[in-house]
Amino acid sequence: MIDLTIIIAGAAGQGMQTISFILSKALTRQGYYVYCYQDLMSRVRGGHNVTAIRISDRAVGSSAEKANILIALDRESIDLHAGGLVADGVIVFDGGRTPYANAALNLFPAPLERLAVEHGQNKQMANTVACGVACSLLSYDVDVLADTLGEIFAAKGDPVVEANIRAARAGFEFAEQEFKGVCPYCTLHEKRAKPERRLLMTGSEAAAYGALVSGLKFLSAYPMSPATAIMEYLAAKQDEVPALVVEQAEDEIAAINMAIGAAAAGVRAMTSTSGGGFALMTEALSLAGMAEVPLVVYIAQRPGPATGFPTRTEQGDLLFALYGGHGEFARAILAPGDAEEAVYAMGRAFNLADRYQTPAIVLGDQDLNDSHWTFDNVDFDKLTIDRGRLLGSWDKADGEYRRYHPSADGISPRLAPGATDEVQYWDSDEHSEQGHITESAALRRQMVAKRLHKLKGMALESLPPVVLDKGDDVALVGFGSSKWAVREAVEALASQGVKASAVHFAQPYPLNPETAALLGEFLRVVVVEQNATGQFAKLLLTEAGVKAHGSILRFDGRPLTAKYIVDSYNSL
Amino acid sequence: MLDVKLFDSTDEVAWCPGCYNFAILRAVKQALASLDIQPHQVMFSSGIGQAAKLPHYLKCNLFNGLHGRTLPVATGIKLANHALHVIAEGGDGDGYAEGGNHFVHAMRRNPGVTYLVHDNQIYGLTKGQTSPTSEPGFVTATTPFGNFNFPEHPLAVAVACDCSFVARGFAGDAERLAELIAQAISHPGFALVDILQPCVTFNKVNTYQWYKQRVYALDQTHDPRDRGAAFAKATEWGDRIPLGVIYRNDRPPLESLLPQLKHGALAAQDIGADRREDLIANFR
Repeated sequence: MIDLTIIIAGAAGQGMQTISFILSKALTRQGYYVYCYQDLMSRVRGGHNVTAIRISDRAVGSSAEKANILIALDRESIDLHAGGLVADGVIVFDGGRTPYANAALNLFPAPLERLAVEHGQNKQMANTVACGVACSLLSYDVDVLADTLGEIFAAKGDPVVEANIRAARAGFEFAEQEFKGVCPYCTLHEKRAKPERRLLMTGSEAAAYGALVSGLKFLSAYPMSPATAIMEYLAAKQDEVPALVVEQAEDEIAAINMAIGAAAAGVRAMTSTSGGGFALMTEALSLAGMAEVPLVVYIAQRPGPATGFPTRTEQGDLLFALYGGHGEFARAILAPGDAEEAVYAMGRAFNLADRYQTPAIVLGDQDLNDSHWTFDNVDFDKLTIDRGRLLGSWDKADGEYRRYHPSADGISPRLAPGATDEVQYWDSDEHSEQGHITESAALRRQMVAKRLHKLKGMALESLPPVVLDKGDDVALVGFGSSKWAVREAVEALASQGVKASAVHFAQPYPLNPETAALLGEFLRVVVVEQNATGQFAKLLLTEAGVKAHGSILRFDGRPLTAKYIVDSYNSL
Repeated sequence: MLDVKLFDSTDEVAWCPGCYNFAILRAVKQALASLDIQPHQVMFSSGIGQAAKLPHYLKCNLFNGLHGRTLPVATGIKLANHALHVIAEGGDGDGYAEGGNHFVHAMRRNPGVTYLVHDNQIYGLTKGQTSPTSEPGFVTATTPFGNFNFPEHPLAVAVACDCSFVARGFAGDAERLAELIAQAISHPGFALVDILQPCVTFNKVNTYQWYKQRVYALDQTHDPRDRGAAFAKATEWGDRIPLGVIYRNDRPPLESLLPQLKHGALAAQDIGADRREDLIANFR
């Protein structure tokens, strides 16, 4: 099995994200799976940034504890990350710009800036030279890298494309001459069959793409890390797809209210934000519950409280997503475990919102949203659009249309305003069947029951947890982006004799009714989550009556890894 | 001209007897009828307050949302279906206090939304507190020493924001108000009508008589396309208070600028499911 990690580190603005994207894409094209995590500081320039690309011949979705290759774009990167390498790990750095010697380290000095100036256009292309060096160290096909560069820089014109390809080849050839045979990681020599359909997406791209192919027509949002990439992807698509409007609102309150207006007017609408923005949205979320508006809210979580760690990861808003908003109303919460699940989660969220006429929340986080993930393909059969009881016409024989007409399952027929000659009243006050303000106790009881009844239907069709079965002694239970770290931990525990299974919930609310029975088959239930107070463990207790035997928590802003989980498990 | 009775609603009215909201309701019905707009062709967005109840008493489409959030909802409705006439309605507290941020940004955006503000310089629904347009010294339940704050002049804010249609009406003259509202609805971009309204229950200072002594109709000598003159009229507040169209310009409405909407209303367009393969090609 191939399992290699390349760390690319440097000052913000040196182009680490570009290199990591190019390498990830080139590797995906040759049949490898990558998971590329962005460890960013909340600055545009001047901070220290790191990206870690994990490469494997099977699906990966979490970071390895140690890296094999460090590409250090500045001297600070060597000092910071040399300790994060495996025993025989290698360090590529600009030996021309930063002479450095340390007999204890496996140093591979390469004149990155000099080669960039000589073969490329300027010293900024040092990162492309570094790509070429990495390509050689991995015994990877430099032609694939060149093709990828050609595509990525195509919009910048031929001179830029050609300069980048020359820079990459110069790095490659330098490394071939200087490092050939001395690098212990020439492991990608096996040329793999080129898979036709494999994809590389960030979680943000996957969520945005998933929304778009699920019929999203209106997104209003306010920029906030780590959710901004969703609106940027969609904004850029406005001239490619026939019916999409993206509006940057003046604040998150406006963002969600605009989406509510658009949804009431009959189009699939969504807003995207992080926890702080969601805090501003909660009054309107409650409105969507009361007025029965089919609305999708994407929350890319980051560590709070308040501003917290703007560019780091946490799962600290699960219970906020569940309880945010005054009063009691039905909602669904989905928590995709990777980019592939994010695509389907959006389709599911829009269908739930439309069918139950209530908000559906998709919970991501910085790890999911900013990381690049390789996955095989999107199955469009799993993305059918179901708009529920949205009708195209109204039969006058049924009397006057009433927005909140009672029904056994709590769901009323909907009409797009203006599509027929019926009128409709949507109301934030407690209301009559017509949607007019009421003070009636009987109507209040009827309408509360109507709105909450939706939870029954949503629970019955809630996604069951996905189990990676490696034994029934311990269930390592998680939701959202912990999926792959927990899976890997279960495999590592198996090798130490612990019979554990990974249980991943992609829908934390409402929980699938079989949850208690499923978890009851294990001797012990240990909940793994990225927050300090064990929020999912609380949710399992209150919603499914499952009391966990232990919790593994991480709340330092860094994503979960298998080693973190195994070490924590061993000290439980 | 449609029959105004077409707009009658069966909902029971919860306003104080003698409230000038009744006059505004008459004016709204008359404006819609005069423009031959059918009830199903118009959608109101309202917030919370006595003014925000008005569309319930009118046969129309309505989204009655949160206090202060009428304009974002109205903008969402307009962008989703610009074939609808979209009218936002609320009071001075709803629009200028809670919703003050949205007021400014709606004018920047310029969607084809008509905004009717019932401006009575007092909070009615919550029974008599100071408002953003209350006079200094105004004594209310929450300002026992008199209001220390200077009032906002919404029309001056609107002219400063280059709002594409800025007008002031008076609920004491429903006929002229109806004409003004009809002009506002006919205007392509964002149209503000600030409606001076006596509150018979809670505002004993700015009464019908108080307004009657001060208001006057702007005549031909005022050019609403002259922004400097408009600003002067927008800030004229004291012994004389102008009524009518203060300012207007030809800024194109937001929905006319979006190429996506040239093929028709968003709500009516096909989502183009066949594009999903093209869209994913970038990720391979």
